[in-house]
Amino acid sequence: MNRELEEAIERLDGADGELVLDFSSVRRIEPGTLRGMEELASKAQEKGIRVVLAGMSVDVYKVLKLAKLASRFSFRN
Amino acid sequence: MTAKGSPLSEERIAYLEGLVRQAGTAAAVFTQYTQEDVDRIVKPMVVAGLEQAQQLARLAIEETRLGLLEDKAIKNMVATEFVYNYVRDKRTVGVIREFPERGLVEVAEPIGVIFSVTPITNPTSTVLFKCIMAIKTRNAVVFGPHPKAWRCCREAVRIMYETAVKHGAPEGVFTCLDEPTIEDNTYLMRHKEVRLIDATGGPGAVKAAYSSGKPALGVGPGNTPVYLEKTANLDMAVVDIATSKTFDNGTICASEQTVVIDDEIYDAVLKKFADLGAHVCNEKEAQMLGCALVDPETGYARPIAVGQKAVDIARACGLSVKPHTKLLIAPIHGVGREHPLSVEKLFPVLAVYRSKSVDEALKVCVDVNHAGGLGHTAVVFSRDEEVIRKFADVINAGRIIVNSPGSIGALGGVYNDMVPTFSFGCGTGGGNSTTDNVNVYHYLNIKRVARRTPAHMWFRVPNQIYFNFNAVENLRQFPSRSTVIVTNPFLEQMGHVDTVRRWMPPETLVRILAIPDAEPEAKVIAQGVEALNLQKADQIIALGGGSVIDAAKIMKLKYESPEADLEELAAPFLDIRKRVVQFPTEKTNRARLLAIPTTSGTGSEVTPFAVLTDKASGRKVTLADYSLSPDVAIVDPQFVMSMPKSLTADTGIDCLTHALEAGVSIYASPYTDSNAMQAVRLVFRYLPIAYEQPNDEEARSMMHNAACIAALAFSNASVGVNHALAHSFGARFRVAHGRANALMLPHVIAYNASVPTKFMPSPNQRAYIAHKKYAMTADLLGLGGDTVEEKVNNLVAAVERLLDQVGIPRSIADLGISKEQFERAMPDLAKNAFDDPSWRSNPRMPLMSEINELFWNAYHGRGQNKVAKAS
Repeated sequence: MNRELEEAIERLDGADGELVLDFSSVRRIEPGTLRGMEELASKAQEKGIRVVLAGMSVDVYKVLKLAKLASRFSFRN
Repeated sequence: MTAKGSPLSEERIAYLEGLVRQAGTAAAVFTQYTQEDVDRIVKPMVVAGLEQAQQLARLAIEETRLGLLEDKAIKNMVATEFVYNYVRDKRTVGVIREFPERGLVEVAEPIGVIFSVTPITNPTSTVLFKCIMAIKTRNAVVFGPHPKAWRCCREAVRIMYETAVKHGAPEGVFTCLDEPTIEDNTYLMRHKEVRLIDATGGPGAVKAAYSSGKPALGVGPGNTPVYLEKTANLDMAVVDIATSKTFDNGTICASEQTVVIDDEIYDAVLKKFADLGAHVCNEKEAQMLGCALVDPETGYARPIAVGQKAVDIARACGLSVKPHTKLLIAPIHGVGREHPLSVEKLFPVLAVYRSKSVDEALKVCVDVNHAGGLGHTAVVFSRDEEVIRKFADVINAGRIIVNSPGSIGALGGVYNDMVPTFSFGCGTGGGNSTTDNVNVYHYLNIKRVARRTPAHMWFRVPNQIYFNFNAVENLRQFPSRSTVIVTNPFLEQMGHVDTVRRWMPPETLVRILAIPDAEPEAKVIAQGVEALNLQKADQIIALGGGSVIDAAKIMKLKYESPEADLEELAAPFLDIRKRVVQFPTEKTNRARLLAIPTTSGTGSEVTPFAVLTDKASGRKVTLADYSLSPDVAIVDPQFVMSMPKSLTADTGIDCLTHALEAGVSIYASPYTDSNAMQAVRLVFRYLPIAYEQPNDEEARSMMHNAACIAALAFSNASVGVNHALAHSFGARFRVAHGRANALMLPHVIAYNASVPTKFMPSPNQRAYIAHKKYAMTADLLGLGGDTVEEKVNNLVAAVERLLDQVGIPRSIADLGISKEQFERAMPDLAKNAFDDPSWRSNPRMPLMSEINELFWNAYHGRGQNKVAKAS
């Protein structure tokens, strides 16, 4: 998961508009992943890119809410 | 550099923020873990704690210079092994408890970030304990150790953390402050991401925790009184107290502080202590200890002595004791500032008090308890259960330890079956929120998933109902030595009493009690009870209308239970099954009650209700209880053949109102519905005939049955707002009950069939169905209509036609009551209707404004009803 996240962060360079990340196969996230997502959110905000997290389970969504990160992303079922 | 408005430097704040952030992330991630995940982590943590128990004890001793290595190692083992044994099978994730019979499920929700303050006295054991609890409950902890014990605590946290993470716990789940300060604690206690403070320590830490505005578990100081009563096993008691008080040099706050000893055993007990290596101080030595160990300014024991050995303390105080003295025993003669050693002493100095009686001993224990030990721990040694019970009654302590050591006993799981802990809740006496031994359940938010439970319903009726012409003949089968017939003079004149007597077994001694034909008053009841007592009656026959039958019910109640207080029994209730005031079950006398109605309306022959009037105040006392229901009802239409037309109409419409209100009541059930519907059908078919052709036996018989059947329904489903309005209006303007009901009925049907402004809470029903039940009634009557609304309107119209047919005035105005008169009465009418319990089973909760509107609709009469469509 962390590698995919790093790739996503790299892709933000030179991208614009919207970045969609498919979370449908993610069952659990770790503290390192959360930190990566925080970085992704910050970088995307700097570049004015909207990050959409698709297919996220409610358990993982709750982790993002507790970590105060949910408001920094868009979600799609 | 100091941060603005804070005594902490910016660097320190950044450090603290980092700890909280780390813990916050860990706590968020931890929510995804299953029970199996956390159990897999907890076990190796416990093993690691056990393996490092001695090493951690050594570190604690080196750093704090308090206590004993061996005992600290034992504490570390209890904090791991005993706590594990308690939590290993406990569910702390997801569904943790289920109560299927109550439809309740408890689901665990972690707390998040916990800031945990740990003490100097039990530093590493407290850390081990809290780490296990936190992992078991999926929480993250930032530890704030005592500033003089932070290194050993940091090591304990490290061992727990590394083991936990190695077995899958999220990174950052535990952190521990380096070089902690009170300012750090203050900052963290107020941090918005800290969800709970768990403060185990001195009063300062606990007070700060509770003052932070955060939810907190605060555990504070104690002052454990011990009562050593003369029946106790003295050898066991002395060993237990010595073991406990010297454990870790007395640093456990639950350890014994003052032992109150019965005079008869006092000398023997002190000798036993001395034999075990205690030094028993003389008066002078005790005084020296008091002066040296307790600060006269504060009244508290000096910290310098905490956790020190007895010999060292003795030396420091100038006492000469044997080299291996393990405990100093100091006699005291009271409790309070003049008796310094009566306070908490977290070192091996034990105060003793000689008591002349149990009473004195208990009072001294109460004094000790109130001298800083409220809510904490107390100990009693006795074989006398009454002494133990009384001790538990008068002492305010979360843990009352019986015939075992206080300190180790209070920890739980060793000497008793209390929950193992290293945090003692002290309840409100100690300024805490709990008296529990703090455990995993205090580290959880427990969510209750409460499913809708079906209301328990009932259908209770007399077990014998005889009906049809000449049903009275069944009296033959009720043998009685002595019977009182309660009736009224008119019925006696009519020959009805003779008819009844004809069918009674000839050997029965009979007394006739003719009472006025009005709602009974206390004087009449008293006369009746006197007659029953005089006759030693074993049977009561109530022959009459509702008033006579009600009177007989109350006479029976007072005859069988003379102590029954009618005013008290009339106390209001919302649910008859949960009523506060219960009817008496113990009976002085026994009498069978047979009810023979002579009107076809009230149904009192089968109902559990009776109304009594206080003539002086005009107040009505309504009694309701199934024990009031007659044992036998004889519904014989021969007794109603001569009812006048107006009475036939009024009582018939009363019966219809009972049936319609029971039908839509929130307590309606299939059992009551069948009776209610049948009664409605019978009234519509036979009331006009009984009214027009009073001698029509079939019509009279069916109306008599209808009244009884409707009563079977409303005895169990109750009535509704129609009755509340009618009671209020009837009492104010002296209008017969049935007629008052009739004036309200069409308007109430329209009202109940409309969309309610306020719904009545009704667990028994799954939707608002009053309008549909009226529509069903319309269908039963064949009134036509395609929609529910049409059918309800047709029912209202049919009721109005019926009222016209039986000559009932169609508006309150028609009774000759002026608008001004009615307007003046309105405030009282509305208030009394609202106070009436009848509407509490109505499907729609009436607002005061709606009660006003209903009264005005009834005043103006027909054409006032508009049924707003309910879905």
